[in-house]
Amino acid sequence: MVYFILKRLIQSVFVMIAVAFLAFSLFRFVGDPITQMTGVETSIEDQERLREELGLNDPFVAQFVRFTGDMLQGDFGYSYRTRQPVGEMIATRVPATLELGIVALLISLVVGIPTGVFTALRPRGFATQTILLTTLVGVSIPTFVIGIMLIFLFGVQLGWLPTFGRGGTVQIGGWETSLFTIDGWRALILPAITLGVYQLTLTMRLVRAEMMEVLRSDYIRFGMARGVPMRSLYFRHALANTMVPVITIIGLQFGGVIAFSIVTESVFQWPGMGLLFLESIRFVDIPVMGVYLVVIAFFFVLVNLIVDLLYLAIDPRLRVKDTS
Amino acid sequence: MIAFIKRYEGLWLFTRSPAAIIAAIVAFFSIFGAIFAPLIASVNPYDLASFSLMDGLLPPVWEDYGNPKFLLGTDDQGRDMVSSILYGARLSLIIGISAMTIATVLGVGLGLAAGYYGGRFDMIVMRIADIQLALPAILTALLIDGIARGILPTEVQQDLRVAVLTLAIALSLWVNFARTARASTFVQMQKEYVQAAIIMGQRPIRVMFVHILPNILGPLLVIMTVDLASAILLEATLSFLGIGLPADSPSLGTLIRIGMQFMLSGEWWILWIPTVFLVALVISINILGDFLRDVFNPRLR
Repeated sequence: MVYFILKRLIQSVFVMIAVAFLAFSLFRFVGDPITQMTGVETSIEDQERLREELGLNDPFVAQFVRFTGDMLQGDFGYSYRTRQPVGEMIATRVPATLELGIVALLISLVVGIPTGVFTALRPRGFATQTILLTTLVGVSIPTFVIGIMLIFLFGVQLGWLPTFGRGGTVQIGGWETSLFTIDGWRALILPAITLGVYQLTLTMRLVRAEMMEVLRSDYIRFGMARGVPMRSLYFRHALANTMVPVITIIGLQFGGVIAFSIVTESVFQWPGMGLLFLESIRFVDIPVMGVYLVVIAFFFVLVNLIVDLLYLAIDPRLRVKDTS
Repeated sequence: MIAFIKRYEGLWLFTRSPAAIIAAIVAFFSIFGAIFAPLIASVNPYDLASFSLMDGLLPPVWEDYGNPKFLLGTDDQGRDMVSSILYGARLSLIIGISAMTIATVLGVGLGLAAGYYGGRFDMIVMRIADIQLALPAILTALLIDGIARGILPTEVQQDLRVAVLTLAIALSLWVNFARTARASTFVQMQKEYVQAAIIMGQRPIRVMFVHILPNILGPLLVIMTVDLASAILLEATLSFLGIGLPADSPSLGTLIRIGMQFMLSGEWWILWIPTVFLVALVISINILGDFLRDVFNPRLR
């Protein structure tokens, strides 16, 4: 078990190095950093001196090592566009995106798992067919259209909820949260639903497929034959085994949530990392793009690591295999 | 022979599925309208001389003040909505279909080779696929687009927008094809006909494309339809975000982005007509994909 955890840790480190390398290559090869940093009036000699000072003439590997070292010490460089430190720019945006993503993920699980189980238990019912058709429609409607529809209905027509921004926020130890004000929650509802709908359909379809698969297995049939109450079979035995792949998917979905938050944040003008990333693409602000990638990859690796550890906790077979 | 029976079975199933029929009709008319847009459309939305500001913001014919010349109304510039949508769909479909084609060729080629040769080559391709699978398609596409903006000189950027967008979408969708092709190739490699072909000394290229490829087409066809829908959605999303196509050559996503400005002012048709059209198109393609999957995978029926 220790071996397994260690192996996963080493893998995670390699993924992070690969992503850092990608970010570094972006910074180094997409456009010339010097021309980005200096104006037209800077003389060639000054440019060369700056190039030498910044160490851009050093061997590639040495530059990469320095780049990684700086990042580990929290120095993420400066934005080409705003001249601010990138680390600060992103740090102030992280809470908004994470809160949005986590609430969206919760919506997708709280609604997705029960409906998935329900549709698996009654595969031919009218309600199931309706739900399945709805999810097909849900998958086909792009995230931004769902956002527009929600804004139009609840923001414009009914006027119940705000259509942009985060509403009131509170500072808690440097973390700017909107989860403690009513205003903040009102602003959060529409974006979170927008972001959650697609994940919800995925969760539902997966739980349904897994559940149907498990219900067909021998031990469930045996349980039926033995007279175990159906309720206990469904919700104790079958559901527990359905949850294992579902947890993996949550890990994968987290990436999807973060990526689609770019779209959602754009529709609702939600001041998170996604909006910053979009701006950085529009203005070819390479340092911000690179650091965004690294930060996203870090969250992603972290979540997947936790998921793997949860695996160990849930599935006893994995623990046994190691000792042999 | 089996393929022949399957085809008839598929046709028979098709007549029994109203959803598939409606979807096929919608998809057919969209594609037909997109191909013949220059002939059907009353004005060319890219040609500034063909429309007039005087006709701006007219509602569809069934509303008050509607003008029979503009069936679905006009936008603020006086462009006919029908023409805009036809040309927009044309652009969306061109980008979607070419991106899907590039992704198919690249993915199937790599997948076949990975399944055929196995070993180190297989490992490298699959590792790349794994990494890319961890990154959601939209992030990959945005990143490629951003890199292209950085590398290409400003003069050619406008002209190459469509190409860059197509490539960005294609490169974010090839993984599905590669994985499916590889898995199916592995199965086929065990079969005697492949072994026979190899023993007969046929060249790997011939074994892969003449013998194996026809036998793994079924699942690939399903992915092609599903990915066509994804490609169209991806293009619409990128254009909506303002990263894709500029406003002077609008695709469906750009039309929706422009329409957003009119959400509060009552000109609902500028926003909702392209939106409904896009959603209807994507839903039909997805329904057809679902239908094809059922045809090729009888176990699920």
